[in-house]
Order: sequence, then structure tokens, then C-alpha cells
Amino acid sequence: MSKFKTKKGKGSPAINTSSLPDIIFMLLFFFMVTTVMREVTLRVKVSLPSATEVQKLEKKSLVSYIYIGPPTNTAQFGTESRIQLNDQFARVQDVPEFVAREREARNEADRTFLTTALKVHKITKMGVVTDVKQELRKAGAFRINYTTIKSSTKKK
Amino acid sequence: MARRSSPEINAGSMADIAFLLLIFFLVTTTMDVDSGITRRLPPPVDKPEDIQIKMRNVLNVLVNKNDRLLVDGREGDIKTLKDVAKKFMTPVFPDNVNFPETEIKEIPLLGSVYSSKGVISLKNDKGTSYDMYINVQNELARAFNELKDEMSMRYFGTKFANLVKEDQIKAINEAVPVRISEAEPESIGDN
Repeated sequence: MSKFKTKKGKGSPAINTSSLPDIIFMLLFFFMVTTVMREVTLRVKVSLPSATEVQKLEKKSLVSYIYIGPPTNTAQFGTESRIQLNDQFARVQDVPEFVAREREARNEADRTFLTTALKVHKITKMGVVTDVKQELRKAGAFRINYTTIKSSTKKK
Repeated sequence: MARRSSPEINAGSMADIAFLLLIFFLVTTTMDVDSGITRRLPPPVDKPEDIQIKMRNVLNVLVNKNDRLLVDGREGDIKTLKDVAKKFMTPVFPDNVNFPETEIKEIPLLGSVYSSKGVISLKNDKGTSYDMYINVQNELARAFNELKDEMSMRYFGTKFANLVKEDQIKAINEAVPVRISEAEPESIGDN
């Protein structure tokens, strides 16, 4: 009789889920694109110091990392701070070669913008860091970055 | 002979597969960009030559192996280091012997501005902890950043970090040069 039929007790209609995969795929692609897989296994403990006046490292592809800290495997390697380049321990003398390799792996045009990020454990003594810095200077890698954790409120 | 239409593929599990992949990438994603204090190392010198800089233009900051500070010959404190550095680097006019020399720079967009000729010389011991070193670098950077902010506020009415125009950033950087000189390594005191 009435034009608009009142619903009879049929339960709620099923929601159309056919577009759900599309939504999930969209999310998936987003994360696939933004993902950076960790490329090295850390052999040294690196607990970064915090600082307030930090700048972001802009181009990830133009950054090479040097890790310095006490070895994770203290039973085998002791507690003295060691340098890690790529996947293995290295000595200070190995730094120039590392820099040369990193440089080789980049475009000609980008080489001057190569930044070396130093990820150094908090309690490391400056001696080893200074040695590395001297080697970097000799190798011509002048742009360095002391990687830190950004803290907005610094302990005063 | 007409082919039978192919049976429809059941796409119900598609979402599950996608979910699985999604969760994998969610877990492996590291979103945070590395950040830190960026510095430029000076080119190597064969034999360190003594460049004559007037004593009044240099603020000596020494950090010893016990992470204690010596600022300008006196024992310093990390809490006051920023203010000391800032006061030191603030151009003073008229000339005052207790402060570094001031020069007048012609900078596009700013006109002629007073600029301090001061240099902060940072020296650390082999035994200094990295944490302390970063702390000192951070405090010094803070002093310079505050000076830049003030300069930027005065001329452009906004903080330095909020400046977008390339030439404005360049002008401020020129007016407030970050002059932190790190001494050639040598050991201070006994190790």
C-alpha cells in the first residue's frame, strides 16, 4: 500500500567487501615504498646520545655509516670500543678504503654530497672518534654527521 | 563451438594475502629519519701552521678526560656554556677589548650588519666521553642557532628554521657564521 516499504526484520544487509583488497593493497604499496630494510647487522652496541639542535639527514642514499661502540659479543671481543664498517669490525686504517668504496658506489655528480654519519655509542672515548675523523679528513670526506636522538627537552 | 565462460576466481582470500604482506612491511618499516649534528671537517694540513688570530677573538673551550670544562681559562659548566658562547659571539659596538672584534658586512637583503669576528675553539681530550662531546657541540650549536633566530626575527620577522627563501637563509648564514674550530688532536693533561 505504502510506497516506501518498511523493512521487515531481515537483519542488516551484508557489507560489500569486494573493495577491501584494493584498500589493503594501497596501504601495502605505501609501506613497500617507504620501507628501508636494515642492510647491516650491528656488531657493536650503539646507544646514541641525545641533542636538541639536530638536522635531518636529507638523502639517505648519500649517507654512509660508520658505527663505533663496544662489541655486542663481549665474551669474544672484549668491551673496548671498536669500529664497524659495513658488516665487520675494522681498524682505523680501513676507513679511507671504506670511503673510497662508498664514493665509487655513487654517481659522479653525487660524490661531493656524500655524508658520513657517525653512529657512536654514548660512553665511547673521543680518542677513537678523533682518529676516525682524522682519517675522514685525509680521505676527503668532509661532510660528517654525528647521529643523535632528537630530544625536545634537554636535561638542564 | 562457444567456449564456456571461465569460472569466476574466488577473490575472497585476496584480502588475507594482502593483509599478510601489509603486516610484514608494517613491521619492517623504519619511518624515522636519522638526524644529528652536521659539521664540516677542515681539509687536512700537512703541518699545522699557526694562524695568527687575536686572542680576544678566540673563546677556548677545553674538555678534559673527566668531562670537565675549561672555558676561557676558567672552569666552566655545560649549563652556562650556551650563554657564554652566545654572549661571546654577539657583535659588540662600539669596540670593546673584552669582546671579539666586530666587522661591518654588506649582505644582500640585510644591508650592512655588524658581525662578530669571534671564533670558538673546541678542544677535547682522548679520554673525553662522546656523550659529553656531543653535549658541548649541541650547546655551541644552540648558541649559534639562537643568534640566527634573533637575526632572522629582526629582519624577516620569523625564526630561522621557518625561513623558506634560499637567499634569506643564505643572508642569515652569512651574517652569523658558525665558527667552531676544532683543534688538531693532541692530548690535554695526562691520559
